[in-house]
Amino acid sequence: MKEEVESRLRSSLGDAIVSVDEFNEQVSIEIKRDRITDVCKILKEELGFNYLSDLCGADMLNYDDASARKAYLAIEHEHRPHQVPNEERFLVVYQLTSLKDKSGDSDLGKRLRLKVKVDGDNPVCPSITSVFKSANWYEREAFDMFGIEFEGHPDMRRMYMPEEYEYYPLRKDFPLMGVPGSIPLPRR
Amino acid sequence: MPLGISCCAIEMMAFAGPRFDVSRFGAEVFRFSPRQSDLLIVAGTVTYKMAKVVRKIYDQMPDPKWVISMGVCASSGGMYRSYSVVQGIDQFVPVDVYVAGCPPRPDSVLKALMEIQKKISRGNHPGQVGGKVSPEFDHEKILIE
Amino acid sequence: MAASAEDKKPKTQSAANVSQILKALEDRDTNVVLEDPLENYMVLNMGPQHPATHGVLRLLVKLDGETVVDCIPELGYLHRGYEKIAEACTYHEFIPHTDRLDYISPLANNVAYALAVEKIAGVEAPPRAQYIRVISAELARISSHLMAIGAMAMDVGAMTVFLWSFREREKLYDVFDLFTGVRFTTSYTRIGGVAQDMDDKAVQAIRKFIDEFPKNLSEMGRMLNKNRIFLDRTVGVGAINADDAVEIGLSGPNIRACGIDYDLRTFSPYLVYDQLSFDVVTEKDGDCFARYMVRMREMEESSKLVRQALENMPVGPVKADLPKRVLPDKERVYTKMEEMIHDFVIVNDGVHPPAGDAYVAIEGSKGELGFYIISDGSGAPWRLKIRSPSFCNLQALPLLLKGQMISDVVAIIGSIDPIMGEADK
Repeated sequence: MKEEVESRLRSSLGDAIVSVDEFNEQVSIEIKRDRITDVCKILKEELGFNYLSDLCGADMLNYDDASARKAYLAIEHEHRPHQVPNEERFLVVYQLTSLKDKSGDSDLGKRLRLKVKVDGDNPVCPSITSVFKSANWYEREAFDMFGIEFEGHPDMRRMYMPEEYEYYPLRKDFPLMGVPGSIPLPRR
Repeated sequence: MPLGISCCAIEMMAFAGPRFDVSRFGAEVFRFSPRQSDLLIVAGTVTYKMAKVVRKIYDQMPDPKWVISMGVCASSGGMYRSYSVVQGIDQFVPVDVYVAGCPPRPDSVLKALMEIQKKISRGNHPGQVGGKVSPEFDHEKILIE
Repeated sequence: MAASAEDKKPKTQSAANVSQILKALEDRDTNVVLEDPLENYMVLNMGPQHPATHGVLRLLVKLDGETVVDCIPELGYLHRGYEKIAEACTYHEFIPHTDRLDYISPLANNVAYALAVEKIAGVEAPPRAQYIRVISAELARISSHLMAIGAMAMDVGAMTVFLWSFREREKLYDVFDLFTGVRFTTSYTRIGGVAQDMDDKAVQAIRKFIDEFPKNLSEMGRMLNKNRIFLDRTVGVGAINADDAVEIGLSGPNIRACGIDYDLRTFSPYLVYDQLSFDVVTEKDGDCFARYMVRMREMEESSKLVRQALENMPVGPVKADLPKRVLPDKERVYTKMEEMIHDFVIVNDGVHPPAGDAYVAIEGSKGELGFYIISDGSGAPWRLKIRSPSFCNLQALPLLLKGQMISDVVAIIGSIDPIMGEADK
């Protein structure tokens, strides 16, 4: 099943794909950053993925799946530590759904996940609001939480935190309790 | 005046609803305008962004006024130790009764209301007609569990 | 603080105007002069504290007389930092947090989260637990729709319906109390099953509720369905057509009211929905009345589902038998050695699923409630994203409000049924 999906995608998308992955019957494709808008357009118009379920960012600083190789009670196997380089620090993940495909039980023909790797020092990614209007608020939330700017977005401002807030809360180097005094409290 | 922010607001609606009827205690009217109310019930998690709004509403209430902090989120930050939640509204608003629970049963909020009524009948609040400010009663804080 | 706001260059002209408007509205002593055509319109602030916005939603509405020209919703007044908290706690410790997301149907959120973690960990709950989860999800859906209809009716003016729906919800709270132990924010599901079994008393109580429910529901329907005032206030108000709905990302009863039968229980069936029979309710018009009718009929379908699930529920264990991933039963923890060690490690260190990612969505009462989890093999998730339906439904608000009157704003917000605990995360 995976090969059929993969061949269909490769024939339409061609060289924009960097890699195809499958985990537990869910297919995720990594796309080159500059081609993401074209890829979304092709997926929407030709392959029928017309509903954007979700768009999120992720910070992969110090992501190390070595603990998966460790046995349950912390016995070390030899592993090569691999660090995600700074040019691929942020990940933007798109979940697309095809509302027209109703056959079958598993997610393989109906859901697709696209991933785009974004630089850590200058996080910029093209916006897909011209293709999917619902991406508007999701991209604003990714900007608020991670600082990833989306080129071509009509209204790039913060979503949850106050406008004057200077930090990006969901980055891994931001502490859980926040920076004290960053938002002022009224006096008693 | 109910300031229902999150989940505790649902229990506050149940407390005003047909089963735990608050109109039996004389507090049936929930005025949504601060200018016409005496009691402010802060129900729910107060974030830093919302703190300014809560303080503004408290300032708009005329004297004498009382505050019930309903639920652990309003009393002390609750289970949310994070960058955007104020760990207790008593950092910026003086509170009279704290009600613990996540969310507290409507019975606890009824008890809190009765405690406020008892406190009012003691008559020691500044701004009350005929009241006197006496140091041992003025700042008494009550905790309902 | 003010100095840094001016130093930052705003990205677009509209963002600059909004910042100026927001500052002027918050600071009482400021006079702002704008060169924008906004001078001809009035900007009304339906602030975070308002009796009719469901929770802390702030709406900046641009008015031409009484007609709405545009609106800007502002969220974030209840942003509690869930996704950051999730990275700091183990998978089991996050379950009480998921209750407070869509806080009027907490059981459904628990089920969604448990399914997402089980997908990554490769655990499957036993059949009895799956039936119990179906029953809890459908009862939570009934509870949520009752609240939505009660609140919408109260906003539009029918106060009686609100009190009736609260009476039904109190009965449901008693039922939840019997099988989960808590009235309201239950943390009932666990990774690999549910916390405890449903005994006969609980089953009898559910049956009694489901037997009495259709009569009470039809009483509420008789009050509203043909009521001249209710129809005048909701028919034709806030209409949206099917293509726009798919484009803007609506889900749940809102998109089914436009004619598209996107229901995750039939689209990609999870738990045991493929073995139960029910209809997907759709309406054609896409206005407030259609959304109300979809919710009323969905409650009937949910009660049918609960009845079927109660009849077909098999006997068996309620937790999967995988000692390294699933919390063992408490009696065995206190009496046997291996279970005690497993319990200790799972509670302290967490379930260690393999590294990878998964996106699992269920049909919550507001729409598609999804969890996207990236795991790095340790006991806490690396990244947990909550796809909350209320956030996505609120995005359609500017589209729905254009051209409506100011008094319709309340009816439209009530019919979309946003819950800010979910929208703000």
